[in-house]
Amino acid sequence: MNQLKAIWAYRYFIISSIKTEFRSRFARSSLGGVWMVLHPLAQVAIYALVLSAVLAAKLPGIDNQYAYAIYLMAGTLGWSLFAEVFGRSLGVFVDNGNLLKKMAFPKIALPLIVTGSALVNNLLLFGAVLVVFGILGHMPTLMLLWLPVLIAVTLALALGLGLALGIINVFMRDIGQIVPIILQFWFWLTPVVYVSTMIPEKYHALLMLNPMSGIVMGYQNILVYNKAPDISTLLYPATIAIVALSLALFMYFRANEEMADAL
Amino acid sequence: MPNSKLTLTNLEFKIENSALPSPVLEVTNIGKAYRNYGSELWRILSWFGLRFKPVHETWTLQNISFSIAPGEAIGVVGQNGAGKSTLLKIITGTLKPSTGSVTVRGKIAAILELGMGFHPDLTGRQNAYHSAGLMGYTSTQIDAVIDQIEAFAEVGEYFDQPVRTYSSGMQMRVAFATVTAYRPEILIVDEALSVGDAYFQHKSFDRIRQFQSEGTSLLFVSHDKGVILSLCDRAILLERGHILKDGSPEETMDYYNALIAEKENSTIRQEKLADGKVQTISGTGEATIEESGLYNSIGEKVELIGVGDPVELRIKIKMYQDIPELVVGYMIRDRLGQPIFGTNTQYLNYSFTSLTSAESFECIFNFVANIGVGSYSLSLALHGTHSHVLANYEWKDNALMFEVINIDKNIFVGTSWLPTEVKVVR
Repeated sequence: MNQLKAIWAYRYFIISSIKTEFRSRFARSSLGGVWMVLHPLAQVAIYALVLSAVLAAKLPGIDNQYAYAIYLMAGTLGWSLFAEVFGRSLGVFVDNGNLLKKMAFPKIALPLIVTGSALVNNLLLFGAVLVVFGILGHMPTLMLLWLPVLIAVTLALALGLGLALGIINVFMRDIGQIVPIILQFWFWLTPVVYVSTMIPEKYHALLMLNPMSGIVMGYQNILVYNKAPDISTLLYPATIAIVALSLALFMYFRANEEMADAL
Repeated sequence: MPNSKLTLTNLEFKIENSALPSPVLEVTNIGKAYRNYGSELWRILSWFGLRFKPVHETWTLQNISFSIAPGEAIGVVGQNGAGKSTLLKIITGTLKPSTGSVTVRGKIAAILELGMGFHPDLTGRQNAYHSAGLMGYTSTQIDAVIDQIEAFAEVGEYFDQPVRTYSSGMQMRVAFATVTAYRPEILIVDEALSVGDAYFQHKSFDRIRQFQSEGTSLLFVSHDKGVILSLCDRAILLERGHILKDGSPEETMDYYNALIAEKENSTIRQEKLADGKVQTISGTGEATIEESGLYNSIGEKVELIGVGDPVELRIKIKMYQDIPELVVGYMIRDRLGQPIFGTNTQYLNYSFTSLTSAESFECIFNFVANIGVGSYSLSLALHGTHSHVLANYEWKDNALMFEVINIDKNIFVGTSWLPTEVKVVR
């Protein structure tokens, strides 16, 4: 309760920090905010052009020569949100160590700032994806309304894992080195660049053990196949996300006092 | 004792309410231990209820209790590593005490590291908003004071320029103006405030004093005797994590100086053991300085001198050989070693002639300390006359150290005190 009050009291700081992050990233560049859109647009355009036009990969069930690019973009949208929040909350306490030692403010504001700015980034990427979809002649439907659910599950999972490991990272700095490596393996264990049906049936259950599989497949259902996400595959990631987030918050309350000592 | 206090708290509170204002800060029996676990894994498991004994506990603070009344100014002194910063961090809330409790009634603002969290690419205005946000204020609250911050900082058009184009002094101005935009109940002032130009230093001290007159309590952390003596009502001496003295500033500073002197003596003793002499002394030794000291007008030995006070420098000299003529001199240097003033008996047209071996006498210089605030050292010399310039009997650098503070003069800057009268003719 007290933490919620503290977050509310610091709402202005959280929002201003997110703004500051974008402001400083594009300060002194003449195009400024345009870069915020150009970056994700370029990223998506590379996927669309190189992978589809050059490799001409086709997807079963989609009647569009850019089908593979569309598939890739959908998965990337979900994965990049997860990876950014997870990866950055991992180092958020260590990177802001000096500030935490000198100023008294609720530490929980820091991962929230990370989450907020990652969300803004992701929404921009989403905008860029929609533009490219339009150019490629792939029109998304009202199923897009399911996206906030997926985003919420992704954020909870990423924040839960990132916060928990970020706290441990304060005391055991090796975590900060190991996790990026794990994240790379994790990417290939998630059906972002390949289709889950390409995996032999006997390994399928194994693939679904990865909570990100269900989430990414949900993104693909919505954006590629214009279908509602499969609730049954989402329940498992949502459960994991809630467990991870509760664990992280529990650890946060326990470690809160010791963190400033170790920074 | 803390327990009995706890049970009485409610009762006391009622009484205090009717009579005395309750303290704005109450520090009750706090201690701080840094726990070292054999492996960090044990620490992490301990959050989940598996209790492991820390392998090693280092206590940086123990049994610290004191309170501050509204409007009171307290100085915290102590040598490096005494626990001053830890105490401050516990009071501001960045560190949690391992034992005891801190009760704060009101808002704390700390002038510790000014400009902390400033972003170089943001303008002064944006940074002011951002760091006031870090202090927990909302945008509407900041809107109400932003004009006042801009006016106080006096950086002109730079307020809307990126902070990276600022000088460090300008950055300090914006930071100070932001931190003190709201009057806190407790203001913690670290030595950080000695940065910046004299004009802004005075301006900031004026604001601090104004806060105090409106009821803000001040907590100064400083090695500067002058600051403690001239601004504080009370001083606390910390040594190795304990309160060694909590009393009037004079009392505490005397205690502190004695503590330092004790340590200095012991190092000198060690040096004497090593080579029999203290390094800063040079000379051929026909005449030596036995003892020297600065005395005030009533004959007390002093290390702290007020601007414009008459001072007596007494030098006890002992002869080891017959010398036809001796010149005694002294030189005052500032903390950077720059000579401020120096003279000797020859320049003063005083001659010591026909000195005999084993003779012992005292040479007394009387002067008025018309020098600026700061710390100074005295070098003493015994040598031959101009015609015997090569004869250096003894030269003692840093023979005496003293501090000059401004007690009763108007504020001035610089190393010299030039009594000035002002008159306006229109």
